[in-house]
Amino acid sequence: MAFRLRVVPEKTNIDFFRAQWLTFGGSMLLTVVAIIAWAVMGLNFGIDFRGGTTIRTEATQPIDVAAYRQALAGLDLGDVAITQVFDPTFAENQHVAQVRISPLEGQEAVTPETIAQVEAALQRVDPTITFPSVESVGPKVSGELIWKAITAMVAASACIMVYIWLRFEWQFAVGSVVALLHDIFIVIGIFAVFQIKFDLTIIAALLTILGYSINDTVVVFDRLRENLLKYKTMPLKDVMNLSVNETLSRTIMTSGTTLMALGAMLIFGGDVIRGFTLAIFIGVVLGTYSSVFVAKNLVLFIGLDRGDKPKKPKAGNEFAEVEA
Amino acid sequence: MEPMALWKRILILLVCAWGIVGAIPNLFYARVERHNDAVAAIEAAGGTATPEQLAARAEWPDFLPSALVNLGLDLRGGAHLLAEVKVEDVYKSRMDAMWPDVRDALRPLRDQVGAVRRAPSPDGILRVTIERPEGMAAALEAVRGLGTGVMSLTGVGQSTIDVTAEGNDIVIQLSEAEKQATDNRTLQQSLEIIRRRVDQAGTREPTIMRQGEDRVLIQVPGIGSAAELKALIGTTAKLTFNAVVSRTTDAGANPGPRNLLLPSMDEPGVYYIVEETPVVSGEQLVDAQPSFDQNNRPAVSFRFDSSGARKFGDYTAANIGAPFAIVLDNEVISAPVIQSHIPGGSGIITGNFTVEESTRLAVLLRAGALPAEMNFLEERTIGPELGQDSIDAGKVAALVAGAAVVLYMLASYGLFGLFANVALVINMALIFAALSAVGGTLTLPGIAGIVLTIGMAVDANVLVFERIREELRQNRNAGRAIELGYERAKSAIVDANITTFITAVVLFAVGAGPVRGFAVTLGIGIITSVFTALFVTRLFVEFWYRARRPATVVV
Repeated sequence: MAFRLRVVPEKTNIDFFRAQWLTFGGSMLLTVVAIIAWAVMGLNFGIDFRGGTTIRTEATQPIDVAAYRQALAGLDLGDVAITQVFDPTFAENQHVAQVRISPLEGQEAVTPETIAQVEAALQRVDPTITFPSVESVGPKVSGELIWKAITAMVAASACIMVYIWLRFEWQFAVGSVVALLHDIFIVIGIFAVFQIKFDLTIIAALLTILGYSINDTVVVFDRLRENLLKYKTMPLKDVMNLSVNETLSRTIMTSGTTLMALGAMLIFGGDVIRGFTLAIFIGVVLGTYSSVFVAKNLVLFIGLDRGDKPKKPKAGNEFAEVEA
Repeated sequence: MEPMALWKRILILLVCAWGIVGAIPNLFYARVERHNDAVAAIEAAGGTATPEQLAARAEWPDFLPSALVNLGLDLRGGAHLLAEVKVEDVYKSRMDAMWPDVRDALRPLRDQVGAVRRAPSPDGILRVTIERPEGMAAALEAVRGLGTGVMSLTGVGQSTIDVTAEGNDIVIQLSEAEKQATDNRTLQQSLEIIRRRVDQAGTREPTIMRQGEDRVLIQVPGIGSAAELKALIGTTAKLTFNAVVSRTTDAGANPGPRNLLLPSMDEPGVYYIVEETPVVSGEQLVDAQPSFDQNNRPAVSFRFDSSGARKFGDYTAANIGAPFAIVLDNEVISAPVIQSHIPGGSGIITGNFTVEESTRLAVLLRAGALPAEMNFLEERTIGPELGQDSIDAGKVAALVAGAAVVLYMLASYGLFGLFANVALVINMALIFAALSAVGGTLTLPGIAGIVLTIGMAVDANVLVFERIREELRQNRNAGRAIELGYERAKSAIVDANITTFITAVVLFAVGAGPVRGFAVTLGIGIITSVFTALFVTRLFVEFWYRARRPATVVV
């Protein structure tokens, strides 16, 4: 027999419900904690969502944040935040900082004159400084962007729920959407706790997590659907365990390749995109976990109607007609 | 195992070939881009080419495909503006222009309505007071007669104006249908003028499009900063020639009725009182060019069309020795004294210009005035170096990710892993070919999307391979196991990918800019990875199986 790398043994027989109070309960608790953290600590919104200006500076000399701050203190600006950016992809003499200026009360956006003043002031501190990117967003747009983001999340969840309901049973739809929300909320919670910048690309990341997590869950549910037809008398819990065990090798394999790719992006992809990649990375880990430990537990709690009528899949399910 | 139909096999191979050929230009991005630019330039010049252009064109053979993936602003560098057009400006000028017509319409009814005068009113509303309220009905009818049918699909049959009575006042404003039609026209005009101005500046492939009701999105790659772009498109460039009433240094001076108090552009603290109704305006210009005056200072020379030339000629003939003001966007550029009658309708605008300013003014005057002012809601400038850094980082990440996945698949599935890896390469080619073909834009999140696809693309293969293993454990023969593996994994693959595709569609629908680019890459990636797993890998497996006829397979 040829050599094969096997992360998961050929046949597993793990009882995924054994420590349910710990896995499922812990998950639910963590979700609640994440929501509380979000509510209490708030998110570190980027300018996409709260308006303002960010200027990225790059210099060949080391950055003295205090000197930058002092240079800008003389100008009549709103709230100014200066953070230095570190990244393994930077060259030896590449020093990058991010200056964020919040708009003054009642001001539409930071004017080009202000930006020119800021740039001139910083150039006096360090003549080698350049400004690779300058972005301003007015509060009018940022308010709309928040709405758009929320609409996107709700719309995507609703569409997925309807699709799962059509293809499976409503219990599955509930289970998968709760698993989704679990993943999303914990990621948001992590962004709140560590105050990582939350901007429009993070919303894209959350939607991607949504897509990945549902992908994983659907694969498990698909097997469950098949096994329910095959083992009509086996208790629901055992069918679920069997299904998860049977798909475990694939679950680990796919998460493995995805995380490898994302890991490469996280390390080598540069700092501009790091928040985005980080969110997806965490989301993939959570998504894998939730499709094994969260989604099906909920279906078990709600209970499936496996009555006498043969569990014919709904109309339109052309792939369920395969021979057993 | 049953072989696939011949036409299916040919079709699959054709799609793969199309993908590889279509993706190739992107490997030689800079070269193909120079070729494409040269071809476009030669065509624009009517077939004549400079030696450099010919050299650039020869860098890439004409018979090869030359469609490229567009690079988003975050990768190429450039400026991005989101502007809101103040559509209400147009309502105001429409209503102001209406007042003389209303006066004329009521003149024959003088006996019934008495004296007529314009009452103060908010912008966009015309309020006319009549002396005798008993003539209101007749007055309303006369004014309503001024309205015409709305020229739009939804507003057919409605009048352009709403006329109501309030006490002694006739209140006139644009009807809702006409407002909508006007907004549409204003936006269209604004887009057209912005496009002309950006084109005049000669930058490449700008994106200028309408967003929502009253917004315009402008993205210009390669331009230095958003401020520069704003200077070009942000000015209304409304040029008028007005009669000067007087000159003052009092900013609070009362200009009197139908006059305007305007600041001077060059002399701080100096104001001119000019007549509100211009003698001639910029719409009657047919040409404007940067030039120099007799003292060799930068200036802009212009020429009027025939009606403008006549008006300008008549006015200068009648007002020799009086000053007149050249007004640009409510600032007086200069107020020269008319020396002599100026026939022929051409002239020169002098002021304290630099050469750049006079060139820009000429561009603005040629392109025409914007119908309304714009507010800028969003401005972004991304430097080209930052974009290049992102591309380089993305390339490294994609290579590392690819190598890791390829090795992992090989170690886990042996020969089948190799099939999946070849399919992965084809998958990447297909993504780039599809993006190039639909003119998609690759953004930084889009690169992340591709890297993510590298990881996820093998998923469908993994599902199939795992299933084949399971079938083999049931002691089925090799051919049967492979066939069942594909068949039974299909429902999971399809369901799982449709749900992911739904999120890509939602992302596309609500996202903007870079997020949209990401959605497109993700969506295309899902389609191509399902295609490669269900068809391409399968084709390989089939070829191999039929050539070797192995009694047992190890997946």
